[in-house]
Amino acid sequence: MKLKFAKAMIVSAVAATTALTGALAAAQEQFIPILSYRVGLYAAGGSGFYGGAIDYFNLVNANGGINGVKIAWEECETEYNATRGVECYERLKKKGGGASLVEPLSTGIAYGILDRVGVDKVPMTTLGYGRSDAANGQVFPYVFPLITSYWSQAAGMIKYLGDKAGGMDKLRGKKIVHLYHDSAFGKEPFPVLEAYEKSLGFQLVKIPVPHPGNEQNSQWLQIRQANPDYVILWGWGVMNAVAIKTAARVGFPREKMLGVWWAGSEEDTIPAGDAAKGYTTMTFNTPGNYPVIDEIRKKVYATGKGNLSDKDRVGSVYHMRGITAAMLWIEGIRNAQNKYGKGKVMTGEQIRWGLENLNVDEKRQRELGAANMFPTIKTSCQDHEGSGAVKVQVWDGKAWKAVTPNWIIGDRAMVQKMVAESSAKYAAEKKITPACLPG
Amino acid sequence: MIYRESGQYKTTYETDTQIFPIAQDRFAVVALLVIAFLVTPFVATPYMFSAILIPFLIFSLAALGLNILTGYAGQISLGTAAFMAVGAFASYNFMLRVPGMPILLAFVLGGICAAMVGIAFGLPSLRIRGFYLAASTLATQFFVVWCLTKVPWFTNNSSSGVITAQQIEILGYKFDSPAEKYLLVLAIVSVLALLAKNMVRSTVGRSWMAVRDMDVAAEVIGFRVMRTKLIAFAVSSFYCGIAGALFAYCYVGTVEPEAYNLDLSFRILFMVIIGGLGSILGSFFGAAFIVLLPIVLSMIVHVTGLPNSVTSNLELMVFGGLIIFFLIVEPHGLARLWQIGKEKLRLWPFPH
Repeated sequence: MKLKFAKAMIVSAVAATTALTGALAAAQEQFIPILSYRVGLYAAGGSGFYGGAIDYFNLVNANGGINGVKIAWEECETEYNATRGVECYERLKKKGGGASLVEPLSTGIAYGILDRVGVDKVPMTTLGYGRSDAANGQVFPYVFPLITSYWSQAAGMIKYLGDKAGGMDKLRGKKIVHLYHDSAFGKEPFPVLEAYEKSLGFQLVKIPVPHPGNEQNSQWLQIRQANPDYVILWGWGVMNAVAIKTAARVGFPREKMLGVWWAGSEEDTIPAGDAAKGYTTMTFNTPGNYPVIDEIRKKVYATGKGNLSDKDRVGSVYHMRGITAAMLWIEGIRNAQNKYGKGKVMTGEQIRWGLENLNVDEKRQRELGAANMFPTIKTSCQDHEGSGAVKVQVWDGKAWKAVTPNWIIGDRAMVQKMVAESSAKYAAEKKITPACLPG
Repeated sequence: MIYRESGQYKTTYETDTQIFPIAQDRFAVVALLVIAFLVTPFVATPYMFSAILIPFLIFSLAALGLNILTGYAGQISLGTAAFMAVGAFASYNFMLRVPGMPILLAFVLGGICAAMVGIAFGLPSLRIRGFYLAASTLATQFFVVWCLTKVPWFTNNSSSGVITAQQIEILGYKFDSPAEKYLLVLAIVSVLALLAKNMVRSTVGRSWMAVRDMDVAAEVIGFRVMRTKLIAFAVSSFYCGIAGALFAYCYVGTVEPEAYNLDLSFRILFMVIIGGLGSILGSFFGAAFIVLLPIVLSMIVHVTGLPNSVTSNLELMVFGGLIIFFLIVEPHGLARLWQIGKEKLRLWPFPH
């Protein structure tokens, strides 16, 4: 009887080990949770962005993965809703051997999981949104506002307007309206704009638009009375098309409008029709076509694996942003593999190191088939943003065209100083001792 | 059979007026609390805590607050999220500005602030009823969120209006893990639910119901309508304020005022409608239903391999359908269904 029991133990132990090794062999996949939103008010942005990211994952897998490690992912619909996003994050963070990284593409969700990602050791990228002061990796080791934050963008906007006026000093006495979505998102650039207002001596008029912004007659009446030199449109979703149409109705020239990059996609301009012609916005992608997008068309869409149901959206602004994001994630993972072992599945901590020591220069961009598609990026512990460069694009009635041939960088020193101050305040409130994490 | 009451005699006034007059109910409640306090913390996964149990408890508390106002006192309100916001931001400021402030006291003070706001915005209820009152509570919703985004002092001059909840520490013990936060939330919600259950059985609760059913008649038989209504607003807002503070401190951690938007108010109203107007238990049913339904639906859709967009649209359809169903067929919600089931069980298997 006793022997039988021992035998059973051994057999089950062997079985368990084989099952375990089997599981390990199957786990040669890098799992990335996709907190997407494809329904609701902001579906246009969400489907394009996450469609682009998944298309790029498919391309990487079709090309043999990252040194043989395939990418696996699972989608969870957040509807751009913070509580829903937190639930999705919690649901997926332990799946598939643990989440590699996360990108909610929503300020609300990013705030909701900001504290959690540090505890769970899952890096979070916030491409072009989120807490600007998270660029300080000593206080926010697991948060990466890659490429550029709202503050860098606001600085870039003023730099562009200054250049347009013929020099930064020419902005003195000018009037700039900041027409913003009345939320944390719309108010994020305040410190930068106010600092510039003081140093450059232009007049800043702040006009809020309540969510969702589908009625802006009174705001535009106010703008017409103020008769500003420029209007910064810090909008999101339906607010953008309405702003453009209302501007056309009150006869405000669209050329004087400069949108934030969430106001600069086909989904914002096409609904506005002819009114959008000549409207300019910021962007961190150069519009156009690139080898990598052709490859996605050829290897992903031609084989029926494409994520977007409407093929015409391939290469659109949001789609390209998704590709850019996925490219940077993959580069981060590849970077981590170079340090911790090629062909291995990386943990969140290792990928954090990979993202913190990212260096995507022009040569690397060419290899990826994306030369000049986005600014070159070099991150460090002090700088989780890695670039801060932006571009201005104009809608010619059919497509976006780059206005500025080169990347624009605002007052980096000023932005970095503000990042340092704001993150120090956060660290004091949360009792964090700022320090770089070891590799 | 299960609910056989024969042999349970009530020989004193105390036994006749206790909260759960049936022995089986008492046993079930105690067992539930024992499981929630002693078993769940050891068996549930972090996902269960932070994505299901904690939000469920917090929303139950908010729904309970609204139920006091709408279900018991008959004053409709669309400003629940605003009261939650007041509770959260007030607690945050007490913690921030008063050195050594105990967190539980900060929650209570946050709740009191919410109660005061509730009284202020409850004043119109003395003159207006029904839809017009709903519209005036809607004003609360917009005013509070506007105020929090406009006055930088409330958010400690955070440029984007976002606050980060401080560390929860009670008597030197830090509440960090999801299980610890769950226990804290559970303890607070249990105490407040027990209080509410007793309150609605007391004079105060009966005066609310009298005012709900007909305020002129209530006045005639000697209830002071103004006082009753304002107490209802105060108590309801207090509950919502605590729920809001817990939402910020134990659930999301970092909050912008926009998180307490009209959508949230509506969600809580739906909880009350689906769960059951005028029922403490119903608030819990409603919160469980609204928190769990989307998760269950998305899991089902995930297993069946349908596209994600189907889930969300399905969810909207199911919600809409259910709300209409409940309003027409069973205005007293899930709680009433439970009660009917219970009545049946009490008689089963010999209904005659």
